[in-house]
Amino acid sequence: MFEFINTLLIGLTSGAIYALMALSIVLVWRSTRVINFAQAGQALASSYFGFEALKYVDSFWLALIIAMVGGALLAAFIEIAFMRVMLKHTTSGPIANVAPIIATLGLLQIIHSTIPMKWGGADVLISPPLSNVGFSIGEETLAFSPMKLAIVMLVTLLLLFFTLIFQKTNIGLSLRASAFSPELARLAGVRVDRIRTLGWAFSGATGSVAGLLLVVNGTGSLSPTSLEFSLLLISGFIAAVIGGLESLLGAVIGGLLLGLVTAFVLMYVSDSLFFIAPFIVLLVVLIARPQGILGKKGGRRA
Amino acid sequence: MHKLSNFVRIILFIVLGVVIFILSNIVDEYRVTQGTTIAAYVVGIASIILLTGYSGQVSLGHGALMGVGGYTAALVGDQAGAKLMGETATGVNLPIPLTFVAAILAAAGIGALLGVAAARLSGPYLAGTTLALAVGLPSVANQFKSLGGEQGLFYIVGDPPTALGEGVTQSKWYFWIAALTTLIAIFWLQNVMRSRYGRIWKAVRGSDVAAELAGINVARAKILAFTLSAGLAGLAGALWAMTIGTVSPSAFPLALSFSLLTGAVLSGVTTLGGVMIGAVILVAIPEIVHSVVDRVGASQTVADNLPSLIVSALLILTVIFVPNGPVEQMRSKSMKKKARHH
Repeated sequence: MFEFINTLLIGLTSGAIYALMALSIVLVWRSTRVINFAQAGQALASSYFGFEALKYVDSFWLALIIAMVGGALLAAFIEIAFMRVMLKHTTSGPIANVAPIIATLGLLQIIHSTIPMKWGGADVLISPPLSNVGFSIGEETLAFSPMKLAIVMLVTLLLLFFTLIFQKTNIGLSLRASAFSPELARLAGVRVDRIRTLGWAFSGATGSVAGLLLVVNGTGSLSPTSLEFSLLLISGFIAAVIGGLESLLGAVIGGLLLGLVTAFVLMYVSDSLFFIAPFIVLLVVLIARPQGILGKKGGRRA
Repeated sequence: MHKLSNFVRIILFIVLGVVIFILSNIVDEYRVTQGTTIAAYVVGIASIILLTGYSGQVSLGHGALMGVGGYTAALVGDQAGAKLMGETATGVNLPIPLTFVAAILAAAGIGALLGVAAARLSGPYLAGTTLALAVGLPSVANQFKSLGGEQGLFYIVGDPPTALGEGVTQSKWYFWIAALTTLIAIFWLQNVMRSRYGRIWKAVRGSDVAAELAGINVARAKILAFTLSAGLAGLAGALWAMTIGTVSPSAFPLALSFSLLTGAVLSGVTTLGGVMIGAVILVAIPEIVHSVVDRVGASQTVADNLPSLIVSALLILTVIFVPNGPVEQMRSKSMKKKARHH
């Protein structure tokens, strides 16, 4: 029983981080109709920004904010320098649909090969700001520490924040409008180019949080070839797809579902099935609902 | 577009084969081995061109399908390797061509299953499914003892037949097998693309609604494309395994799937004409970079990461400026020129 609860808590925390990653992928998708595979690379870069910031400031949380700003700027730069140019050049033709996927994969590789040139291939350490020792109930120690609690709370906060922005503010309305139809949005006076950049920046900031939290949730070590970050790319993306790509809440549900399933597979089934579990979850969800859990049926065909 | 007759094409392929044969006798051993890798890449890239360029579907999981092919070939092939490792052999001991056929069939089988799912999914959903497969499938091999776990299995194609004489080295023998297989595969693929199905796929890629209105069974066309493409990937996997000599989960990583996609874009996804370009770039860039870096004396981290940086930059530039690939670009330019002359 106790083991069960611990597995649940571990799954919940890693699920929360996957959810953040999924959130940042959905943010770009909702504002530009592009799946950003470079997101995990950007999150990795932002984590290094956080590492750099910690050389100058003492507080992890301050470094997190600096990394968020850095991540947002990096994302905005990518949008302006690459995606905007690409979308203007490759609007039609046989590979117009897959071009964004390929371009962001290329960006991912570029980021992954640039980082070691700057920071080297070895591990660097970022120590967690809160204790990673679990709360204890009587004799037993839970697999749930103050750090993990903070992670779950931060994810909830960000979800609420972005839901409010999308549903209640003019910026959110512009973001939705320019994704739905750039042409119509432009006619209605939305500055679509700027709004797209903003969507990328939001997503970059969210991804930065996911990256840094991933590091402090684990061993605190960060390396360019980190397996956790490759896993973050896959899990975040799969979580977003499970959730239906359209909905922020869907992304979070997808992330948590994936976190829980992988935690239970790891605990109760076999650790070599750990990597195939997301595929099976995805397949089951998509066979039942090809548009994802919270996706709308009969949406556009891309 | 003007098309060559079948007879001319056969002659061209034979000439190409002879040229490759002569070349393989001129260059040194190392280049011959690189040639084998290029051949495996060519088949893999061709499978992406069929899928993405022709039927408009995207796959980030073809590296895993190559894995299926490689493992199958190793399982039904010569079991000398298994004995070498002290494992129990499966007892099957098929000749080389049949191991390739088995690789094709196994990968095509998995591809057909995937294709059924893929036909229901659009762009990003399909990308997600295939990406998950690329990560998941290789690790399944760890689960089964008969697949050799982390170490994997040996896949030894064997020494060249003595009838060929003394001068034939093993790497040359491997290269000839790979080159001949690749030529046959590309010739076959060209035939498929020129057939009714090629036109059906192009129609589906253009607009599946319009294709459906024209009486095309869109789902069936997509599934067929996925199946054939997976079969080719399986063949590429067998060639890949032959080059390395073993199959293991780490021989078919996610990066391999990305490389195939990259190679396909660099070659131009809409035509088979440039299929060599991407494969050569993937093999040549790391080597060129390493020799330059050695001369300049930059650090090891730079040497390790620069090739992928350059290839990715090329990839992005290609997507932006020549989305249809270099060959198609030249073709449409020369066609415009001709139009002006007339």
